[in-house]
Order: sequence, then C-alpha cells, then structure tokens
Amino acid sequence: MSTVTFRIFRGDRNGGELKDYTIEVQEGMVVLDAIHQIQAEQAPDLACRWNCKAGKCGSCGAEVNGKPTLMCMTRLDTIDTSKPVTVRPMKTFPVIRDLATDVKWNYEANKKIKPFTPAPNTDWIMFQEDVDRVQEFRKCIECFLCQNVCHVLREHDEKTGFIGPRLLVRTASLEMHPLDVENRLDMLKNEGGIGYCNITKCCTEVCPEHIHITDNAIIPLKERVVDEYYDPILGFFRRLFGSKKQAQTPSSGQAADD
Amino acid sequence: MESYTIHDYDVLVIGAGGAGLRAAIAAIEQGAKVGVVTKSLLGKAHTVMAEGGMAAAMGNVRPEDNWKVHFRDTLKGGGMLNNWKMVENYTKEAPDRVRELEQWGAVFDRTPDGRINQRNFGGHSYPRLAHVGDRTGLELIRTLQDHAVKMGIHAHMETTIYRLLTDAGRVVGALGFNRQTGDFLVFRAKAVVLATGGLGRIYQVTSNSWECTGDGFSLASMVGADLIDMEFIQFHPTGMVWPPSVMGILVTEGVRGEGGVLKNSEGRRFMFDNVPERYKGEFAETEEEAERWLQGDRNARRPPELLTRDVVARAIRKEVNEGRGSPHGGVFLDIASRRPADYIKKKLPSMYHQFMKLGNLDITKEPMEVGPTCHYVMGGVRVDPDTQATNVPGLYAAGEVAGGLHGANRLGGNSLSDLVVFGRRAGLAAAEYAAKQTGSYQVDEAQVRAYIAEALQPFNNPQGENPFALMKELRATMQKNAGIMREESELKAQLEILANLKKRAWNTSVSGSRAYNPGWHTALDMRLMVEISEAVVLAALARKESRGGHARLDYPDPDPTFAKINHIIRRKSDGTLTVVAEPLPEMPEELRKIAEAKDLKELSDKVGA
Repeated sequence: MSTVTFRIFRGDRNGGELKDYTIEVQEGMVVLDAIHQIQAEQAPDLACRWNCKAGKCGSCGAEVNGKPTLMCMTRLDTIDTSKPVTVRPMKTFPVIRDLATDVKWNYEANKKIKPFTPAPNTDWIMFQEDVDRVQEFRKCIECFLCQNVCHVLREHDEKTGFIGPRLLVRTASLEMHPLDVENRLDMLKNEGGIGYCNITKCCTEVCPEHIHITDNAIIPLKERVVDEYYDPILGFFRRLFGSKKQAQTPSSGQAADD
Repeated sequence: MESYTIHDYDVLVIGAGGAGLRAAIAAIEQGAKVGVVTKSLLGKAHTVMAEGGMAAAMGNVRPEDNWKVHFRDTLKGGGMLNNWKMVENYTKEAPDRVRELEQWGAVFDRTPDGRINQRNFGGHSYPRLAHVGDRTGLELIRTLQDHAVKMGIHAHMETTIYRLLTDAGRVVGALGFNRQTGDFLVFRAKAVVLATGGLGRIYQVTSNSWECTGDGFSLASMVGADLIDMEFIQFHPTGMVWPPSVMGILVTEGVRGEGGVLKNSEGRRFMFDNVPERYKGEFAETEEEAERWLQGDRNARRPPELLTRDVVARAIRKEVNEGRGSPHGGVFLDIASRRPADYIKKKLPSMYHQFMKLGNLDITKEPMEVGPTCHYVMGGVRVDPDTQATNVPGLYAAGEVAGGLHGANRLGGNSLSDLVVFGRRAGLAAAEYAAKQTGSYQVDEAQVRAYIAEALQPFNNPQGENPFALMKELRATMQKNAGIMREESELKAQLEILANLKKRAWNTSVSGSRAYNPGWHTALDMRLMVEISEAVVLAALARKESRGGHARLDYPDPDPTFAKINHIIRRKSDGTLTVVAEPLPEMPEELRKIAEAKDLKELSDKVGA
C-alpha cells in the first residue's frame, strides 16, 4: 500500500482547473479504480464515463500524464506514481464535465458512411482468409482515442471535412467486406477528407485493440482513392468502359501484413 | 417549478443492448415511431462483454445438430423449469436471427467451406456457438447499431429512466433524465419495451458492467408486473480473482470450449469427480478420452470442464473450501499446455490481452487463476412466450430482464441469441399493440411532478448518507448472505438488512450540480437496487432445495416438489412483495419426448453424418 496523488481536471465546457486528490492505493489497481475511490470518498460529483472496466466497451478514454489511454487498462504500476498523476479528459472533444467529453460528433460523422450493401442473391460463402482483414477492423471498440490524437481533429479541429481514423477504419471494414458492393471512394475523397491524413500513425499507436489503423485501413483506402481519381491510365480506360467498384484483392493485398 | 421536455413515440424501448436494438429495428420495420433510451452511449451496453458466442442449431459444423437437440440441451440445463414454449420459439428461430445478422454486415468466423463456424460450449451437445474470436457480443451490438442507424433510430443517449408512467392500469410512457445535463424528460408512448439487462451489480463480485443495476425488474414490478424465478442467479465459474481490483471480470467459457482444463493446487483435473447423475455417460471419463475429443475424435465424449455453469461453479467452490485452491482463492485454468501460443492468440485474443494487461500474466505460457463471479439472472419479468407482453398492458420485456427462457440455469451462448429472437418478438408485438391504441393518452402531470421531486430530493438533504457507502454495503451483504451458497438464517438476516437499506436509500445526500453527477446517479440507482434485491432474497427463501443456479446449504439436493413450480414474485396492493408458487405450464407430449430423449441419435435428422 502506498499513497498517490492524482491531479484531476475538474470543470466544464467553460473551463476548469486541476485539483489534487491523495489516496491509498493497492496492488493491481488501475487508474479507473483510483477515480472510483476518489468519487466514493472525496468527490462524489467527479464525472467520469465508464461501463465495463474490462477494456471491451471503450468508454473510459482519458489522458493520463498526457498519454491517451483507457483508464481501466492502465495499471498504476506501469506509470510513475512518485509524482502526482495527471488525469485530463480527451482534448479533441468538448468537455461535458470533468473527465466526460461530448463525443456525439463521431456519431454524426458516422452517418456520412454508406451502410453495408451486400451483393444481391449472394450465397453468403466467405472464407476465413478473406475476412481476416475485415475482422481486424471490426475489433474497434469506439473508444475514440484515435480521433483524440489525430492532429487533423486535435490541432486543426477539422471536423466538417474529415471523418477521422475511427471512421476511416469503419469505411475500410465495409469496403473490404468480400460481399459488399457499395462504392465509398467519392465520400472518402470529399466529405471524408482522407487526403488530410498524412500518415503520422499517432492513431495506430494509441489503439487499445492494436488495430493497424494506418497501414491496414487508411493507406489501402488512400491507394484506392488515388487509383480511382488520379491514375491517368486507369482514368482513360474508365472513360472508355465506365467506372465500377474496384476489385477487393489488389489493394488489400498490398497492405502491410504485420 | 422544474421544467421538462416531452417526447412522443409509438414504442419506447428502454435499453440499447442487443435486445433493445433488435426490438427497435423490428418496431421501425412495422412503421412505428420508435425512441430508444440508453443510460450509456450507443454501442456500449453490457452486450459488448459477451465473449464466447451465440448459440443456434445451424448444423454448420455437425450436421446432426438441430433445434430439437438445442431444445433438449436448454431444458436440461435449466432443470426443466424453463417455459417450454419460449424454448421452442427460441431454438427454432435462432439460426434465422444469426443469418440475418450476417446479412446486416456481421462477420463471423468461418468454417473451412466458408460458412459460419460454430464452437463448443458448456451444456451444448454439439459445437453450436456462432462466434467472432472472443468478441462476439461486440460484433452483435455493432451490427445492430449500424443497422438501427441505417433504419433511422432515434436514440436518447446517457438518459436514465427513473419511473414508468401509468394511466388506468396501462403503461403510457416513462420519466427520465439526461445524465449529461440533469434535465428531465417525459416520454409519452403507446407501448414500452424493457430491454434493460441484468442485475449483477447488486453483488460485490460480478462480471457485469455498471449499468446492470436491475432497473427494468424494479420499474416493471413497481407498476404491477409479475417477476418469475428471481432466485436463479448464475455465478459464472471463471472470473478473474487476481489482482483484487479486477476480481469478477469474466474469463470466457471459450477458454474451456477451446480445450482449457481446470486443475486444483494438487494438479488434479477435478471435474472428472464432479459429473452429476443426470449427465452420467455423456462426458469423457478419462483424461485420455478428453484428449481424443480435443483432437477431433467424434467417438470421444466431451471433457467434463464443459458441464453446465452451476456444476462447474460449485465444483470450484468445493475445491477452494476444501483447501485445494490456488494462492488467491480460485483454481487454475490451463490452456497454455493444451494449445499452441499462436492458436490461443487467434482464438482468444481478448483473454490474452486482458490477462497480460491487468494480471501481468501470459496465458500462452501460464495457467490463469479463476473463481465464480455473478454473471446473469435467469429469472426476470414474466412475459408471454410469443409476444413478450407482461401482465401490464402496454409493457413488454426482452433479453436478460425477461424471465422464463433459461429456467434454473442458462447455457453459455444462449443469451446472445435470446436477445435477437425475443428482442424482435417484443418489438413486433409492441408495435402491433401501439397501432391499435387509438384513444387519447394521458400522462398524469401530478405523477410526473411527484417523481421529479422525489428524484431531486438528495440535493436538498444535507444530513443524508453517502450513496457510494450505501451501495458498497448493499453489494457486500448480498454477496455474503444471498450469494452462490445460501441458507435460511442468512437470507432472513439479509431481508432485515434490506429493509434498513431501503429506508436509508431514501435518505442520501448529494452535492454539486446536476450535470453528470455520479453521486446523484448512485443515489437513484440504490432505490431500484434494494427493490430487486428483496425479490431475489424472497424467492431464494421460498425455494427450499438446490437446483440450477440456486444452491441452499440447508437443502443441498433437488426436491421433486419444487421441480414442477415457478415462483411468481408479485407486488401486493400495499406495495409489499409476495412469492406465489405456480405449477409449470403443461408440456405437449411430442415436446416432452424431445426434452427427455436420452439418445442424441433419436433427435438427429442426419444420423452419423
């Protein structure tokens, strides 16, 4: 047992300040346990969003000592607790209160993505090797940590012309579904703003589900957009024979396979 | 005077987990105007935590499997206390509901010939669980979420329902508040579907997320709906036991389904010694036979680690009680020595990460330490098996909050398909009922005002108690006195404790603003949690036997007189709860033959395939 000070943001949309809370911590505790202990004993109105406490729901994202993370998966023995531990809400989204942020923009931006559209009269036969990639993307728990660190959203607040890594991953999961026939390249190029991403991989670094967001989702989608709109030779044939949805295998095959 | 906004719907769905979303989709398809209320953000409901898979007799891996075998397995697991009509509806429809999810975009693991793969699970005679690694619940909820958004769902996120509203004995809506702002909302609706999930948070050690505070049971009971068999609480055999802050977090049964074995501190696979009479002859009798089963020998029987959850949970408790437990009070679950590291990481990725991250343990190298954790409630709001209608007009219930399907004990994998089968049925029936309601709807303003005043009372009560401390007391006492092993004296003591807690739940004090105030939320949750805890304890006192999820130390064996009754928990006109024993509905002869079949071959359409 030892004593640790947590320096927690208290405030709302109009601003706030860091306040110190000192508690006794025990072996195995995670940051979320500390927040709960502070709520129960010292600050019953300390707002924090959480659901499962098992890294499966993605509700408790916050910035611990400046690092975006799920509080339920951050053990105190993996961070320096000899100094005060700073806990702040995700910066990219407006604060509701304390550690809870308003993430509804993600739900709105999501509506720009055309839903799953299966081929008519499909027999629903798919092989595991063809769904492996899509299953990687579908591991996403919508914690929005990738949206939080993406500099396009975080530094430039570009929330009208860009959908961010989470929604690019969702688009990839649909575009690379073996039986989907919808074309989302126009959306990606225009209101999706895939061109804003300059592949700094910050999103991949913070993903608690270890999804290779940049290499496996965004880069292949960028390639498809480039092929569709900027390749002069393909463009020539397209003018001759008309445009259609790209075949699945070529660009997903090119993706990094680590 | 406190203001509130009014929303009008044909169907109001309370809860946005698997059952709620499926109900909303079904009702929208009927043309109803549907509102969905969720305490959390969309897509975060407890359904995301379901790991192993969804049971449906599709026969993709073993063509011998069909609804009849699933029917028999479910009734057998439930100690024959299940509502047979619900089980029939469920087992017949589950495969269609799984295929429908695939057509809405779910991406299940595949068989070598490209169809939906199915895995083994406790209590299921054949590999039957459609799954996606160990994150099947996430796949289910995300698919339903996406499809509901496509259908134009109207969701009120982070909104808590405090009370159902009634008019002349019918449910006509609900009163709630937005958690983000603390503002009150009145929902006027012709029909209400409860899809609020379970009650695990009334126990100290639970796998349930914070939302599972039993709201739906209490809300329904307070407006006169019957509850059924609330004594049957499932303790999942394998929760994490170490470190203390993760106690209760689930370790999926998929670990055992993929070949994981349970051992005590002496290294003995103790489940071979714990096969109950009714399962004799169906499980491997030697480690050698279990090993052959793992290697795919179809003539070998399943290992006893795949017995039903009540059997495994009590066997673990016995090992611990008799001094053969692991260092932190559980037993060992070993997959490391059974499967290659790559296989484990592929089939059980969340488990691998969960133990690595929270327990600092590599499950591909070392065994896990596991013990029982409160996981599920088989009992719930009593519903019609075809329509999910409760006995209160206008009120429907589906998913974990509804009782009847699982009897005394639920088979793993039977809840995810329960959600979609009965979520759909509830949504359809509620929309049909709503369409028939042509008269005027009155929400009683005085009723609304009184509830709002009640809900705000903790802010005006500076001398009241800390709601968090009260909640801790409730959970600790329920764990001790009404937990996995029960006896009369403790249950009676718990009733007194609950009477006391009930008074104190109305005398809490909270500070700060109403915006996103967890102290206030906890104070209001407590009021509903004491109500449902009382129903659990009363039903447990009445059932003087051990069966399924309900184990009595003072009555350790099943008693035939209790084999043919359900417990109905009913609110009397003075507001107190009473337990009434009611005979089981009579099962038709042809179903009884299926339920009691000894030989699986009799039930198989394709023998020896």
